[in-house]
Amino acid sequence: MIFGVPLVALASQLVIGLFNGAFYALLSLGLGVIFGLLRVVNFTHGAFYTVGAFAAFLLTSYAGLSFWACLVIAPLIVAALAAVLERTLLRKLYGLDALYGLLLTFGIALLIEGLLQFYFGVAGQPYQVPDVLSGTSNLGFMFLPHYRAFAIGTSLLLCLLTWLIIEYTSLGAKLRAATENSRLLEVFGVNVPLVLTCTYAFGGALAGFAGVVAAPVFQVSPLMGANLIIVVFAVVIIGGLGSITGAIVSGLMLGALEALAKVYWPPSANLVPFLIMAVVLFLRPRGLFGKGE
Amino acid sequence: MASASLPIPQQRRKHLTIVLLLASLALLAIAPLFLYPVFLMKLLCFGLFAAALNLVLGYGGMVAFGHATFFGGAAYITAHALKVWGFGAGSGLMIGVAFALVTGFLMGIIAIRRQGFYFAMTTLALSQMAYFAFFQAPFTNAEDGIQRVPRPDFLGIVSLSDNLSLYYFVLAVFLLGMAVIWRVIHSPFGASLTAIRENEPRALSLGYHTNRYKLTVFVISAGLSGLAGSLKVLVFQIATLTDVAWQMSGEVILMTLLGGVGTFLGPVIGAALVLTIQNYMASTAIPVSIFIGLAFITCVMLFRKGIVGEIIAILPSASSSGSDRRKLEP
Repeated sequence: MIFGVPLVALASQLVIGLFNGAFYALLSLGLGVIFGLLRVVNFTHGAFYTVGAFAAFLLTSYAGLSFWACLVIAPLIVAALAAVLERTLLRKLYGLDALYGLLLTFGIALLIEGLLQFYFGVAGQPYQVPDVLSGTSNLGFMFLPHYRAFAIGTSLLLCLLTWLIIEYTSLGAKLRAATENSRLLEVFGVNVPLVLTCTYAFGGALAGFAGVVAAPVFQVSPLMGANLIIVVFAVVIIGGLGSITGAIVSGLMLGALEALAKVYWPPSANLVPFLIMAVVLFLRPRGLFGKGE
Repeated sequence: MASASLPIPQQRRKHLTIVLLLASLALLAIAPLFLYPVFLMKLLCFGLFAAALNLVLGYGGMVAFGHATFFGGAAYITAHALKVWGFGAGSGLMIGVAFALVTGFLMGIIAIRRQGFYFAMTTLALSQMAYFAFFQAPFTNAEDGIQRVPRPDFLGIVSLSDNLSLYYFVLAVFLLGMAVIWRVIHSPFGASLTAIRENEPRALSLGYHTNRYKLTVFVISAGLSGLAGSLKVLVFQIATLTDVAWQMSGEVILMTLLGGVGTFLGPVIGAALVLTIQNYMASTAIPVSIFIGLAFITCVMLFRKGIVGEIIAILPSASSSGSDRRKLEP
């Protein structure tokens, strides 16, 4: 018993919290990478997540593909969509005020969600957990659903991989250089526009991956990303945009705190991310891990 | 931008604006003879809402993504005051505005600590918090909303029960709100605000407390948005979650953007356009968000100045001055 709550209940809520937190981390990581390079707050990120889930749902129910195949193909589909959007629309706004990018991506998100709503309705579609991951393990103090453990594990692995790529590969070095001074990088013969497209596509793929992982737990519905993206914005503000550690740590932390709120005072659970954001803005306007603007 | 003596082209533009204002005033006065009054009232409410947002968006240069909180929040408070506390129309509107002013102050004081997109994201997140708070507050009845709100008399003498008399009441309040906006824009305060929008570091170095200016305009804008939301309760006799949801904040940005950010009449025209198309779309099976999304994309890609902004830009007298070129904060 911890503060009058049985350990089992607390632990299982924490796992759910970390599970949500893993999505926050993946999404805010993608947002951060895109923002760092393109200087665009990508409102379409929630829609990418939704598209990832829908791609998995359609691939499985119409093409008969397995969950594992979807885990690879759906993010690629989202990446292709993102690349097209960047090439045809977003690119034309780079010279302009960055807020136009925000408004454009907001419009694209509404359009995508509207189209999905038109074809699939508002009701959620179920998606099966793969058989291998459907059981639970008794850890002695709690029951751990395998799928949730898998989701937390792969999401964190992907975050770690992204961090390694950005910090330790030549591609990552180019990315960081482009963030610092894209003009100079272009002089060195790097195809900067291509780097921008790839970055946007990569951020989209991360969101699409999160969507596939989310599909078996949440229902696949057109608005699943729209509500999530606002919490992710709060995560980004708390962590500080452009900080990878910030995205991961504050994502997981927020998920866990949300879970604790759900245990101790349920009505406050939805408010917690935003309350924490308000407090962080007051005490550290740059975010917990932000360096400055 | 406002020097003591205006150059001649600007003076001509000023006359043109006044003529346009008088013409639209006359049009609004006779409009219910031709058009359905309830639709016109909806238009006036959203026109005022968009114009209020424009104070922050166009003149303050801050993209506020949480104005639904003031609009829908004031609507809830007014609906509750009219239905449960038995307030009159005037005091019902006032308590809604008071609520919007207070929440505007609270949201503003947190949000203006960051600029640009951080400001946008912060206002969005805070308004989402307000959304959940309203969702859970017992008096709002969650999904059902506050329904069958009465339409009490104004000051106990003016009956607002039939649509036509209510229309003229709503029109009067709308004009009052627009007059406040006009006054704010064309005051030394408005001029300082424009200076801050164009170059905040310079305004800061000239000794302006820029944050105080930004907070003030944010609170004024919130109050007027609240007025629009409270008015809407009188018209539709209902207050629901739709009005506090983030989609509403997006819609009102679209109205302002479409009509012309930083123009006086643009937001009202943008609101009229969006509502007309929404009205038409309601009879089809196509979700409204498809239209809103497409409108956003077209507007941002093709005419960023908005309808009124583009018209001002092609007027021959304006080409030499260009002082009305409103742009968003970098």
